[in-house]
Amino acid sequence: MDFFNYFFLSSIIFSIGFLGIFINRKNIITILMSIELMLLAANINFVGFSNVLDDLYGQIFALFILVVAAAEAAIGLAILIIFFNKSGTISVDFINKLKG
Amino acid sequence: MFLLSIFLPLLSYLMCILLNERLKDKYVCLFSSVFLVFSSICAFVSFLNLEINEDQAIVLSSWINSGSFSVDWSVQYNLLSSSMVLMVNFVSTLIHIYSIGYMAKDDRKVIFMGYLGLFTFFMLFLVSSSNLLQLFLGWEGVGLTSYLLIGFWYKKNQANVAAIKAFVVNRVGDFGLILALFAAFIVFGTLNINEILLLLESQNTTKVEFLGLQLHSITLIVVLIFIGCMGKSAQFGLHVWLPDAMEGPTPVSALIHAATMVTAGVFLLIILSPLIEESSQFSRSLILIIGTITCIFASSVAIFQNDIKKVIAYSTCSQLGYMFMAIGVSAYSVAYFHLLSHAFFKALLFLGAGSVIHSMSDEQNIKKMGGLYNKIPLTYITMLIGSFSLMGLPFLSGYYSKDLIIEFIYLGQSNVNTYAYIISIISVLFTTIYSVRLIIYVFHRENKSDEKVFAHIHESPPIMILPLTILSIFAIFFGMIMHNHFAGESLFRVWGEFMFINNDINDEYTFGNIPILVKKLPLFAIILGTFLCFLIYFIFKKHSQAVKKKLTIPISVFENKIYIDEIYNLIFVKGSFYLGKGFWKSIDIDLIDNLGPNGISRLVGSFGKVVSRLQSGYLYHYVLSVVIGLTLFLSIYIYIL
Repeated sequence: MDFFNYFFLSSIIFSIGFLGIFINRKNIITILMSIELMLLAANINFVGFSNVLDDLYGQIFALFILVVAAAEAAIGLAILIIFFNKSGTISVDFINKLKG
Repeated sequence: MFLLSIFLPLLSYLMCILLNERLKDKYVCLFSSVFLVFSSICAFVSFLNLEINEDQAIVLSSWINSGSFSVDWSVQYNLLSSSMVLMVNFVSTLIHIYSIGYMAKDDRKVIFMGYLGLFTFFMLFLVSSSNLLQLFLGWEGVGLTSYLLIGFWYKKNQANVAAIKAFVVNRVGDFGLILALFAAFIVFGTLNINEILLLLESQNTTKVEFLGLQLHSITLIVVLIFIGCMGKSAQFGLHVWLPDAMEGPTPVSALIHAATMVTAGVFLLIILSPLIEESSQFSRSLILIIGTITCIFASSVAIFQNDIKKVIAYSTCSQLGYMFMAIGVSAYSVAYFHLLSHAFFKALLFLGAGSVIHSMSDEQNIKKMGGLYNKIPLTYITMLIGSFSLMGLPFLSGYYSKDLIIEFIYLGQSNVNTYAYIISIISVLFTTIYSVRLIIYVFHRENKSDEKVFAHIHESPPIMILPLTILSIFAIFFGMIMHNHFAGESLFRVWGEFMFINNDINDEYTFGNIPILVKKLPLFAIILGTFLCFLIYFIFKKHSQAVKKKLTIPISVFENKIYIDEIYNLIFVKGSFYLGKGFWKSIDIDLIDNLGPNGISRLVGSFGKVVSRLQSGYLYHYVLSVVIGLTLFLSIYIYIL
């Protein structure tokens, strides 16, 4: 039963993050936050299964993910600032330069 | 010595090209003539040193060695090649000397002399070759230099057109010759002329497949070679380039289009004469018929031409017809005799015509000349000698050689030789008419040129008169001295090794079974022709004008060379233009371009336009498609597992 709770929680958090990416039409910061949420969901999975299976590797891997997530957030925000300097907006609706 | 006589003209060419614009033009031209004089001396000495039956191949080096196919660079040294080398060198030397005077005012005279040297080299290479491939190289080489020299005055559009015409028409013949080389290699396994002639006996029943037909191999080879010779020697059907080739400078016409290159076809048939004898009667009849048609056609057209050089060009054509007729009745030695004597008197006629043109300030229309006989007496005398020799007046060169041909045609064993004999007599009549007409128009009658030109008429410089004089001597005495060596008792002893000799005909000739009428008929034709000319141009001058007005249609047919050029233009030139246009429009543009490069690029473009609508540029659309794709793959993965 414990196993199911972990899975359920992480699924819900992942779905929220996931829907956040493409239901959101406001700005890119929300997208970054959603990605963080998805990473978090994965982390919960790792930690939870580590507990259930009585294996320490999962928790160590979760620490790695946290580090990567932090780095990613830093880089993402940096890109965001440069992007804002260049185009004057961070609204998702106006970023369609790849339109064919 | 013999090699030197062949390669000195090549040296002359190289010298002209290297020293052009480094030395004064005058000196370079002089040097090139000196080279040719030395070359002639070498040829003469090697001719004198020759034993009568000597026949050796001087191998220079190996050329092609591939499997059973091997060809050497080699030169055949025997009476036939040596006499031809001597003749070519001799005429070429005289024409080099003449050109110094004739081209004196031309800026590119050094290049001209160079081309002449190169031509002489290729011609010598052709006649002295001991295998067919090397002969073909010389054959193409003379074609090339002929092209360069016809188009020498490249600023004249006419000259360019004529040069291209000559080159293209010659390609038709050369194609036949190439096929003949292939066939000869298939049948005999070698291209060496002596080896081919040795293998004749063993191969005279072989058949080869050509265009899906089983044909007698040797007949096929002979017919194909004859097609090559028709192109080079301007026989009827492929003769159209020769009159147009007169756009080139006159020394070129004399050297290439009268004395040497156009006789290459006759020479080739002579050295391959045993091959022709082994082939079936069909090929000999073909040669005889084509020769006859050429002879009568060219001599009748020549009567109606107004360009002094074109008259002589058609005359060359008809004399070549005589040579082919002689070959058609197996009288090879006689054909060779006429080849040599024709070279002298026709070169003389052309050089004389050049001298006339020179003194008339480049006027070529004989209707605008007249009354020149006391203005340029030396040219007049030499032209008279040339014309009389061409007509065959007794005891001049042409008399011996042409009468021999006519008598041999009479004695020939072909089934068409009676007609050929009659036509050859008519040709003599026509030859007389156009020669006398030319002399009357140019030298007698009242002068019709502008006053300015008339005041400027002058005799050519001595450097041009000298070659004329020497050639005149040959045109008078060559036949008289030499005619015993080409027919009669000593024929077999002299030429037996080098060409086929039909002993039956020769014996019949030697022991006098010819009716006296046959012997004298050409002379009657000459007298009749001269008489007719005098009637038309002097006695019934006014009547002849009236008759001429009534006969406009036949006259215009002959003036337009029986419309052969126009017919060819309609069939081949226009035809290939339409064909080319059709292929270009329907196949190249419509089919290949539209389906090929253009079609594919258009397809890619339109496909890309459709696909690019998927690229909205919005991030969430991409994410959605990623998710859908991921789900799809996962479901498929799970479903399969």
